[in-house]
Amino acid sequence: MKLPIFLDYSATTPVDPRVAKLMCDCLTQEGNFGNPASRSHVYGWQAEEAVENARRQVADLINADPREIVWTSGATESDNLAIKGVAHFYHKKGKHIITSKIEHKAVLDTCRQLEREGFEVTYLDPTSEGLISAEQVAEALREDTILVSLMHVNNEIGVITDITAIGEVTRANKVLFHVDAAQSTGKIAIDLAVSKVDLMSFCAHKTYGPKGIGALYVSRKPRVRLEAQIHGGGHERGMRSGTLATHQIVGMGAAFAIAQEEMVADNARIKRLGQRLWDGVKDMEEVYMNGHATQRVAGNANISFNYVEGESLLMSLRELAVSSGSACTSASLEPSYVLRALGMNDELAHSSIRFSIGRFTTEADIDQAIELSLNAVTKLRSLSPLWDMYKDGIDLDSVQWAAH
Amino acid sequence: MAYSEQVLDHYENPRNVGKMDEADAHVGTGMVGAPACGDVMRLQIKVNDEGVIEDAKFKTYGCGSAIASSSLVTEWMKGMTLDQAGEIRNSNISEELALPPVKIHCSVLAEDAIKAAIHNYKSKQ
Repeated sequence: MKLPIFLDYSATTPVDPRVAKLMCDCLTQEGNFGNPASRSHVYGWQAEEAVENARRQVADLINADPREIVWTSGATESDNLAIKGVAHFYHKKGKHIITSKIEHKAVLDTCRQLEREGFEVTYLDPTSEGLISAEQVAEALREDTILVSLMHVNNEIGVITDITAIGEVTRANKVLFHVDAAQSTGKIAIDLAVSKVDLMSFCAHKTYGPKGIGALYVSRKPRVRLEAQIHGGGHERGMRSGTLATHQIVGMGAAFAIAQEEMVADNARIKRLGQRLWDGVKDMEEVYMNGHATQRVAGNANISFNYVEGESLLMSLRELAVSSGSACTSASLEPSYVLRALGMNDELAHSSIRFSIGRFTTEADIDQAIELSLNAVTKLRSLSPLWDMYKDGIDLDSVQWAAH
Repeated sequence: MAYSEQVLDHYENPRNVGKMDEADAHVGTGMVGAPACGDVMRLQIKVNDEGVIEDAKFKTYGCGSAIASSSLVTEWMKGMTLDQAGEIRNSNISEELALPPVKIHCSVLAEDAIKAAIHNYKSKQ
């Protein structure tokens, strides 16, 4: 079976072969398999050295101190540790948290849990282009606000949040600022000496590292305290217990080092490919790029093909591994909550496909994606009563639909 | 999600795609569903003086299973009397297309479309 072309780099990335090689060296008897917490022999010392080297590589990418990096199992755990950890530590100071409606479920569901525990959460509305502004954050701040949690780059639409501007507001008001950066490492420069971020979540697998490993940046100056969510041997200065997975950590470090080294060249190439894709489809009628036109990462193209339903479009695009902006494949039939939060109407939200381009995407891949998309959309529009109505000049909003 | 061969066949080669003149007294039109739900079906039948469905056409905005359900019923309805067509049940459709539980609503929508088209035709007589 010929595998479809992978254009879903925002979901995950393959491990870079250079990274995989280093990881394999940390597994077998001949390799660096020791427990980094073993203090009494060389196996432990070598493993610890590899872990600390990786910690420095991760810290270097974001211009932080290695002592500010806590290993976790991934960005979801990092988000949980940051948000619950702050809420549980600082609850006597206040019980109000600010986030937005377009956050990842790892943040939204964690906030929901805290609401059940008696915290209050404000969910900011993004603009129609997917932006959350520093002014909005400032307006939402209250006396009892302890934390603002926003994502750096949105996973569905690729829009970049101005964390530097927002960090000025939160720091001036002595409110902690957590940023989920799962989608931004290796795509845009992060400098935590400039951006006043207190906590930042990372994962390896969106940046050509392995799944199952992530990190949380916990600022030392000013010092941020957290209540641990996983208890055990007191690893990671008590913030996250559990034996460190040397091979995973080495993989994440190597992946982030490569990202730092190659980010500029990689992104220039990816940007060209993204432009080629958009140029190839944009001349069709009723095609829209979702999210801000310029304040976005290069590899993400979330495109709505109006009057075509997303799931049937995916079915026509079986030769492409892409994802639907709408969650129609679940039983819920709800269109993407992110696109809905942008104020997009239901038809358009149901008509969205996320193409995400990465390190191993070629020009030929893009050309094929364009051709397949044009054919599929043309075919499905010829089947679509909504397209007929649009062509007949009927305003779909004026129709009395029988919702089912 | 894996699609059944029957769904794939109707999706790849939909039968009876098209549009008939809604104003024609012999034509009954049923439009069901809503864009908000991700499914809109338009089913049309052309009925002769003997009450037999001579022709059927559809257009569907929706997932592959919705397209296949409407394509299938246009095939079935041709040559049926209105009473026979009115007896088509969603279970017949979902069985024929081997629809998984999350797609049963597509067959329900197709049944609704048949009823709406028949009702529309009868209201014109």
